[in-house]
Amino acid sequence: MDCEQTIREVYLYLDGELTTFRRWQITRHLNRCPPCSHGFDFELELRHVIATRCHDEVPPELKQRIADAIALFDPKPRDGDPAEE
Amino acid sequence: MPFMDQLYSAALRMTRNPADAEDLVQETYLRAYRGFGGFQAGTNLKAWLYKILTNTYINIYRAKKRRPDEVDFDNAEDFFLFRRLGGLEAAEAGKTPESLVLDAMPESVVKDAIDALPEQFRVAVLLADVEGFSYKEIAEITEVPIGTVMSRLHRGRKQLQARLWDFAVERGLVPQPPQPESEPAG
Repeated sequence: MDCEQTIREVYLYLDGELTTFRRWQITRHLNRCPPCSHGFDFELELRHVIATRCHDEVPPELKQRIADAIALFDPKPRDGDPAEE
Repeated sequence: MPFMDQLYSAALRMTRNPADAEDLVQETYLRAYRGFGGFQAGTNLKAWLYKILTNTYINIYRAKKRRPDEVDFDNAEDFFLFRRLGGLEAAEAGKTPESLVLDAMPESVVKDAIDALPEQFRVAVLLADVEGFSYKEIAEITEVPIGTVMSRLHRGRKQLQARLWDFAVERGLVPQPPQPESEPAG
């Protein structure tokens, strides 16, 4: 496993899409190659930044609107049903 | 309602418009409720909801796209951002310069960079990098072969890095090289 192969497969590695053996080969290269390891750490950190910095909160009116719309589909609880635990 | 925050965030990235995102999420839950019989116990509820979201987006909202996709550019190399940022001077001991730029990157830059991707890349990157779906799940959600998912991700991620770099430069997140001292006025 050389640097070029490692860089080519870094995303497959981060995506968890490699076989155990291939992962082991890449891990071994990363442990021995500071420049690749540095790049890998950056990609890992970038992935974390992308995953955690594009969240938006649902506007409360939308929650209500959806709850109301779904209530129209849900059968109303019948009178006299024992309260469920 | 399960996953509503996540679905709303994804809907915003897909439609790039809050009013459309709200309608898309509402339509997704209504379709999910109506079609709940089609849901098999033991399958992944989150993947199933994202499939409804993605299909609804493609069938309804794509048609009335409000903003054209930006020009596709494919010339970014692997590790584009790392290579750009790696050339910067470290501003603080103990932290690499590229780490500092990532730390300082505001949500708006990440969102704008994703929003700037062409649609097919945007959806693939969103499903993989934000939602953490596997290639197989993304192939099922978007109804394309796994090879197509991989190619969209590969190109989408390169473009995303190029966008992040552009926005980081534009918003002054990347330290400028030291300028020669200017003459004091007066």
